[in-house]
Amino acid sequence: MARLQYLKNVVTLNLDADKCVGCGRCAEVCPHGVFVIENKKARIIDRDSCMECGACQNNCPIDAISVGKGVGCAQAVLNGVLRGTEPNCDCSKGCCD
Amino acid sequence: MQGISFITHNGRQIPRAPTELGWADRFGGWKARWAIGRMKYSVKPGIYAVGNPDAGSPVFVSANYKMSFDRLRSRLVGRDGWILVLDTKGINVWCAAGKGTFGTEELVMRIEEVRLSQIVKHKTLILPQLGAVGVSAHKVKQQSGFSVVYGPVRAEDLPAFLDAGMKATEEMRQVTFPLRDRVVLIPVELVSWGKYVVLTAACFLVLAGLNPKGYSTSVAMSDGVRAVLILLVSFLSAVVLGPVLLPWLPGRPFSVKGLWIGLAVLFAGGLFLCYHTNAASGGFSTAAWVLMIPALTSFVVLNFTGASTYTSLSGVKREVKIAVPIQLVCAAVGVGLWLVGRFV
Repeated sequence: MARLQYLKNVVTLNLDADKCVGCGRCAEVCPHGVFVIENKKARIIDRDSCMECGACQNNCPIDAISVGKGVGCAQAVLNGVLRGTEPNCDCSKGCCD
Repeated sequence: MQGISFITHNGRQIPRAPTELGWADRFGGWKARWAIGRMKYSVKPGIYAVGNPDAGSPVFVSANYKMSFDRLRSRLVGRDGWILVLDTKGINVWCAAGKGTFGTEELVMRIEEVRLSQIVKHKTLILPQLGAVGVSAHKVKQQSGFSVVYGPVRAEDLPAFLDAGMKATEEMRQVTFPLRDRVVLIPVELVSWGKYVVLTAACFLVLAGLNPKGYSTSVAMSDGVRAVLILLVSFLSAVVLGPVLLPWLPGRPFSVKGLWIGLAVLFAGGLFLCYHTNAASGGFSTAAWVLMIPALTSFVVLNFTGASTYTSLSGVKREVKIAVPIQLVCAAVGVGLWLVGRFV
C-alpha cells in the first residue's frame, strides 16, 4: 500500500540548510521519512508527509528546523474554536492511544 | 501488576517486572480498548528490573500508561535490562510526548529521582522513537549526562534493534497505519460517540410523533423508529467503515472520505426503499436524509483525524474551516426539512 498522505502544501516545516551540520537526528526521529542526509546536509524530500509532530525541531541541536508543532486532531481544533483557545487535545475521547 | 518480584542491586530493592503478560494484563488491555477505566490504566513511575540486570545492562525509557509498559516488557523476553518509567499521567508515549509530559524535563528529573547513576555504570538511555516529539536528546545530554538513543517506533522491533547493535532499519523508523492498528481504535470511537448518538436518536424518536393534529405515539413508533435506524446505520457505517476503508476512500480530506460513506448509505437506503415501495416517504423527509446522512458520516470520519497517525495540525485546521460549516448547514437544514415534513 502506498504511504498514507494528508493534504498537500499545508505544513509549516522549514529547514535552514545553511545552519545544518548534518548530524542526522532529524532523519532519525522523523516518523514519516521526510528528511534525507546528503553530503553532510539534511534535505526535505517529502514535505507533504510531514505531520508537524515537532520531533525534528526538538532534536536539532543547532535550531536549524522550525515547524508549527501540533496534533492533527479535528476535535482538538473544534475544542479550541468553542473555548476560544488554541487547539486543545485534553478531550477524554479515545484519540490518545 | 501480576508477578512483580524484587531484586537487590547495590543494596537497593528494585521491583522486577515479568516479561510474560498475565490474563489480568490482557484483560486490562482489552478493557482500555473499550474505554473502560483507561484513564486510570497506569503503572507507578520509577525504575524496574527485567530479567537479571547488572550495572552494564541497557536502560529502556517508557511511559506509565500500562499498555505502553506491558508492550515494552513483553518484548524483552530472555533479556536483562532496566525500565525507567516516566510519569506521563497514564498516557501513552506518543500522546504524552505531544503534551510534553514524556519530555526532557520529566526524563531528567526521573533520572535524578531514581539515582540512575548508582544503578548503571554506562550513560546511555534507549527511548522509543516517538518520544522524540517531547524529548530533546542534546538537552538531556547537557542536563543529565546521559546520551539518548532512539529505538524503533514499535516495541515489537526492539529485539531486532538490540540484536543489530542498537541500529534501526528505515522500516523500524516509520509510522504506518495498517488495518490492524485502525481496527483496534473502533471500540473506543464507538464508546466515545455513543452517548451523543443515543441522545440524538432519542430526540428523533420523540419528535417523530409531532403531526398537524398534535402528537401521535403510533407515528412516533413507525417514523421515529425508522429515523433511529437510519441514524444508527449511518453512524455505525462511519465509525466502522471509515477506519477500515481509510486508504481506499477517495480524497485526502477525512471529511471527503466520510462523505463517500454517507452517499453509499443513501444509495443502499434508496435501493432498499425501491423494494419496499409502501415505505416511500414524503419529499421533505427524503431531502432531509439526503442532507443529514452525509453530514453525519463526514463529521464522524473528520474526527478520526485525531486517532490517525499522519495528519498535521495545519491540514486539520484548513479542513475544519471548510468542512465543518458545510456539515453544520447541511445538518441544520436537514433537521428543519425533517421537522417540516412532520406537518405536511
